[in-house]
This record gives sequence, C-alpha cells and structure tokens, in this order.
Amino acid sequence: MAYALCFLLFMIGLYCAVVKKNMVKIVLGIVIMEYAVNLFLIMLGYVKGGVAPIIERSQYDGATKAIASEFLNASVDPLPQALVLTSIVISLGSLALMISICIRTYAKYGTFDITEIRRLRG
Amino acid sequence: MALFYILLIFMVIAAIIAVETKDLLSAVICVGAIGFGGSLMFLLLRAPDIAMTQIVVEVLGLVILIRATISRDLTFISGDREFFGTVASVVILFLVFMAGMRICDTLPEFGEPVFAQRPEAASQAYIAKGLNDTGATNIVTSIYLDYRAYDTLGEATVLFTAVIGATAILRSRSRKRLEDPEL
Repeated sequence: MAYALCFLLFMIGLYCAVVKKNMVKIVLGIVIMEYAVNLFLIMLGYVKGGVAPIIERSQYDGATKAIASEFLNASVDPLPQALVLTSIVISLGSLALMISICIRTYAKYGTFDITEIRRLRG
Repeated sequence: MALFYILLIFMVIAAIIAVETKDLLSAVICVGAIGFGGSLMFLLLRAPDIAMTQIVVEVLGLVILIRATISRDLTFISGDREFFGTVASVVILFLVFMAGMRICDTLPEFGEPVFAQRPEAASQAYIAKGLNDTGATNIVTSIYLDYRAYDTLGEATVLFTAVIGATAILRSRSRKRLEDPEL
C-alpha cells in the first residue's frame, strides 16, 4: 500500500512531464519523479520499529570492539541512504541546468509553451 | 504507521495540485510542499541525514524555480498538447501504472526488508563492521565517505559539471561579442 502510493506519486510526475506543454511544468514533473524514486529507495530499507544507523556510546564496547545486538537487529538499511544522499545532490544540479535552459529559451522566444517554439526543431 | 500514509496522501494531493493548477508560482510552491513532506517522511523512516540534505536542497531548488517563474508575464499557459497525443499518452501511462501495481505485490512487506533476512547482504556487513573499519559512529557517513568514496567523488564531478553547464547557458554575452562590440 505504501509502495503503491509512492508509485502513484511517480506516475503523477510522469504524466506531468509527458502531457503538459509548459516547459516549467515539465521540469516540475521530473522533480516530482525524483522525489518519488528517492522515497521508494528509502522505504525499501525501512525496518518496522527500527533505529537510525547511528551507533550510540552505550551500544559499543570499546574493549572487545563489539556492537550491541539490539543495534545490529534493529538498524535500518544504511546503503540506500548513502546512495540517495548522492542522488538528492545530483538532482539539485540537474534542476539548475534544466531551469537555466528554460530561462534562456524564454529570453529567446518569449514563451514557455513548447508548441510555440518551432525553431527549436533541428 | 498511520503517519506514513497521511504524509504520503498529502504528497500525492500536493502533486495533483501542482500538476493541474494554472498558475506556475502555485505549482512551484506545491512542489515545495511535496519536498518538505518528503523530508518529514525521511525523518520518520529513520534517515536523519537524508532529511537534513532534503531540506537544504529543497530551499535551494525553490529559490531556483521561483527565479525562473517570477516576473514572467506569460506564466498562465492552459491546455494540454494535441488531443490524440494526450489520449495515447494517458492510455500508455495507465497500462504502465497497472503493470507497476502488479509488481508492487511481489515486493517484500513494508517494514520487513530483504536485507534483514539475509546475513550475507552487504548492508549487514556495513552495519556490523562499519564502526571498527572506519571509526565513524554514523554508518551512513562511513559508507558515503569511506566504502563508497569514489561515488562521492563522481557526485561532486557531476555537480560541478552541471554548474558549469548552467553558467555557460546563462551567460548573456559571448566572448566574441565582448571583444568586438560591432557584432
């Protein structure tokens, strides 16, 4: 059910990117898709009643270098979190690039409407 | 658990409003609402690092998007593309949605991930050995900056490439024109 709602969010973004004819709306659709995919990856690693993957001082035995088993059993998946961190930062860069293309196109053609921008054809 | 569904439904509603509203500034604000809802969601999913990054990126992204939409005369563009193309896309999207729903049934139950049932998974090794291998109490940090540091290097490369691209696109006058004002 939670995955299905996340997928619905993705499909709304895809619909926005495919059907709309306003350039900024297309960018917004791509941004919504990015949110949905990031959220989905984090949800895949969630453990019910889990803890964040940060070890507390009381859970670590310095002498034997042993980590308490309640952390080992309850920690959520740290791997998708590290990779989604990369993905979020890259999505900011791609958003800046897309928006600068939009601003430039507006300065040249005076509109955001992609059906009006005829001379963009190769 | 109910909070997850409330936040997800909030995000879906905000996305529908963002897609269907006529005013671009309202659409941008709705996308911001999705982003901050997602940040809360990350916090509840026990991912505090992602939540903080999401808030920072969200604020910067909103500033960039508002820069694009504010003080443009023609922000009200109504209507979709031509009728036949729209219908065809909606039909294809509906088929993709139904196929995705079938795949959702095969996924593991929410809250019971695959890696917890498999002791040989890479995530288990990171959780068990991360502190002793790298000295970072935050396992996400130990993956981000030690086990997969090349990933982070690549991320920085992509980010700076995007910044160079945006600067090159937004530069208003070319060097040739600066040297020769007659052109």
